[in-house]
Amino acid sequence: MKVLLSGNEAIAHGAYVAGVTMATGYPGTPSTEILETIVKYDEIEAAWAPNEKVALEVAIGASLAGSRALVTMKHVGLNVAADPLFTLAYTGVNGGLVIVSADDPGMHSSQNEQDNRNYAKAAKIPMLEPSDSQDAVLLIDEAFNISEIFDTPVILRTTTRVNHSKSLVEVDVERVRKEETYEKNPQKYVMIPAHAKSRREVVENRLNALSEFAEQFRGNRVEWGNRHIGFITSGVSYQYVKEAFPDASVLKLTMTYPLPRKLITDFIEQVEQAIVVEELDPFIEEQIKIWGLSVSGKRFIPAIGELNPDIIRGSLADKEDDALEESEALDIELPGRPPMLCPGCPHRGVLYTLNKLKLVVTGDIGCYTLGVLPPLEAMDTCICMGASIGNATGFQKATGRKDVVAVLGDSTFVHSGITPLIDAVYNRGFTTVIILDNRTTAMTGRQDHPGTGKTLKGYDGPPLDLEMIVRATGIQSVKVIDPYDLKVVKEAIKEETAKDEPSVIIFRRACLLVERPNTKPFMVTGACNGCKACVKLGCPAISWKEKRAQIDPEICSGCEVCVQVCKKDAVVEYAKVDRGAGI
Amino acid sequence: MQRSTGAQEYNGEHMISVISDVKNILLVGVGGQGIVLAADVLSQVLVSAEYDVKMSEIHGMSQRGGSVNTMVRFGSKVFSPLIDKAKAEYILAFEQLEALRWSDYLKPGGVFIMNTQKIEPLPVLLGKARYPQNIDELIRGKGINLLAVDADSLAEEAGSKKAANIVLLGCLAALMPIDRGVWYAAIERRVPPKTVDINKRAFDIGYDLTSKPAFIV
Repeated sequence: MKVLLSGNEAIAHGAYVAGVTMATGYPGTPSTEILETIVKYDEIEAAWAPNEKVALEVAIGASLAGSRALVTMKHVGLNVAADPLFTLAYTGVNGGLVIVSADDPGMHSSQNEQDNRNYAKAAKIPMLEPSDSQDAVLLIDEAFNISEIFDTPVILRTTTRVNHSKSLVEVDVERVRKEETYEKNPQKYVMIPAHAKSRREVVENRLNALSEFAEQFRGNRVEWGNRHIGFITSGVSYQYVKEAFPDASVLKLTMTYPLPRKLITDFIEQVEQAIVVEELDPFIEEQIKIWGLSVSGKRFIPAIGELNPDIIRGSLADKEDDALEESEALDIELPGRPPMLCPGCPHRGVLYTLNKLKLVVTGDIGCYTLGVLPPLEAMDTCICMGASIGNATGFQKATGRKDVVAVLGDSTFVHSGITPLIDAVYNRGFTTVIILDNRTTAMTGRQDHPGTGKTLKGYDGPPLDLEMIVRATGIQSVKVIDPYDLKVVKEAIKEETAKDEPSVIIFRRACLLVERPNTKPFMVTGACNGCKACVKLGCPAISWKEKRAQIDPEICSGCEVCVQVCKKDAVVEYAKVDRGAGI
Repeated sequence: MQRSTGAQEYNGEHMISVISDVKNILLVGVGGQGIVLAADVLSQVLVSAEYDVKMSEIHGMSQRGGSVNTMVRFGSKVFSPLIDKAKAEYILAFEQLEALRWSDYLKPGGVFIMNTQKIEPLPVLLGKARYPQNIDELIRGKGINLLAVDADSLAEEAGSKKAANIVLLGCLAALMPIDRGVWYAAIERRVPPKTVDINKRAFDIGYDLTSKPAFIV
């Protein structure tokens, strides 16, 4: 039976078929739906880890015990998990272990555009790249086989267009059953220098064996067409090449590390001109050039952003008489549509206050990063998960300024905010850390985390006590405050930033998409004098029309934050107003 | 019609080039308008009709009221999940500004269906930018045969404003060579059970609108 599956659903299905019994990860676009899909299989222990490093370490444990284990994360997550990864390359595996790295060319929802193919090379481990959902199912199976045959972790590298595109997949395949055995083997699994030195040679020999294997691997294949141009490509770029140049010869690589030297050499020799089409870095191109072969790539194909058939056609327009048709451009400038914090978002009042107090705000990764945009403009930095606290400490120590606060969410704090908080206390910082605790991992679609206590499999355990964790670091002043109460929010921030010691304010209120309070919508009355104070909250429910504010009762959540900023008492509950009376 | 996927052609030594019969449908609008659900129903219908289908959507930031686009491509063999500019046979726009933003994607002679709903983006809400006026005329001025539909009101007639996405899908369905029953089946599978009747009514309203002789493509 064929069904339409996204790349992420296909990876989940493929992992089930491959007999995976342990799947871990941390939410991150575009990888999140893999674990959200896998959780439906009773045979698989699926779990959100506090961060990607822990996710990989748990998977390593399962693999050493003999299970097949899958780990999923977005590209930047592999930076966090890189430490265990590089040594895992030395120990190898027992049960197969596959790491899905979901890259985001074009940065649809990421802070950078790193090309994680470089990790395969740096860690000296094999990497496979699917072109669509059917590929993903086949390659997950191949990846586990390669992992066990060659005793190595394998990276399955995807990109947003593979993760989030749907295509047809054959799904009637039986699940592989695997016997799990563990034998103690310190020479292989305990990486003290003496053992690591002998494993170092194993890694190099394994890479040679994998290079041989790549020549025969059925996923690397030639599709002969005319021999004027021969394209060497992989991943979703293969689809774009086939679309743009249906008649050309194509060498489709699905194993992109290590590369099949002989296959590539033969292909290049049989075409007039060979061109590598790959998104981001010249990863394949450089390797081919190191071999001294004649090939071009980034001379034509952009290294920044996503590709598509139009870009490939356009880049090679001089080579083929296939010029791009330019469509008529609009002569008016259209307003953009940036994403916004939802109506009633508990972050809004805090970000509004930070802006009003003109503080330096070191930010972090989450919905609240949207607070950088007008009108809130309450963010000075955003680097990576958990960076806000260390950034604040450094900024303060360099300047002696007290008006610096770190802002991060509950899930981000658990991910990697605890160690920099320990540093702030230990090294006598005096930063104020604001934890926007909305009881979920909101930006990626509301996943639970240790702070909620609820697991991916639905088990309700004890929630991590953020106040106790904070106190345990040595922080003396911990406040828990409702972010809807603007007066208290402002007082707390002013009080804590004035102190000569580090402190933490937890603004706690559940994300409205998780728990909707029983509140009623509001509206603006004729008392509005057009001061725009409420408009400056950047709420999607509030608009500026004919020099007066308006509230859309259909999307107003009734959070009453705008009621508190209105000096004319012009915001009132919609249901309580007799609108027939002509206000 | 034959379906196949690239991954199963490992032994394909020589590919014979054929003129592509792939058709492109672009769905655009704003996060929260039910675009992904409409695209899911549409894709399911195309799968039932034995086409090869690819669908691309962007999640993430678009969940927070950002611009959303979903690309659906179908034919005997589809490679790219993306639609190139000026290549869409059909555009289904759920919101006026997004309709205008994506109008360059319509192929000359293509069908353009637009919901008349307006959702003001942040710069407009703040009074920093103006929402373009007379968008229907701007689009028609490009030589596009535009059908403007008040899908929200029509959906309300069907029983819920939330079914505007299915009204628009009905408008599209009447122009495609696939039986109404296949669409009903896909709607039944995808929408919440309690809303099946409302959604089918919404679908019919849209379908009847464009199957009238007055609207000839």
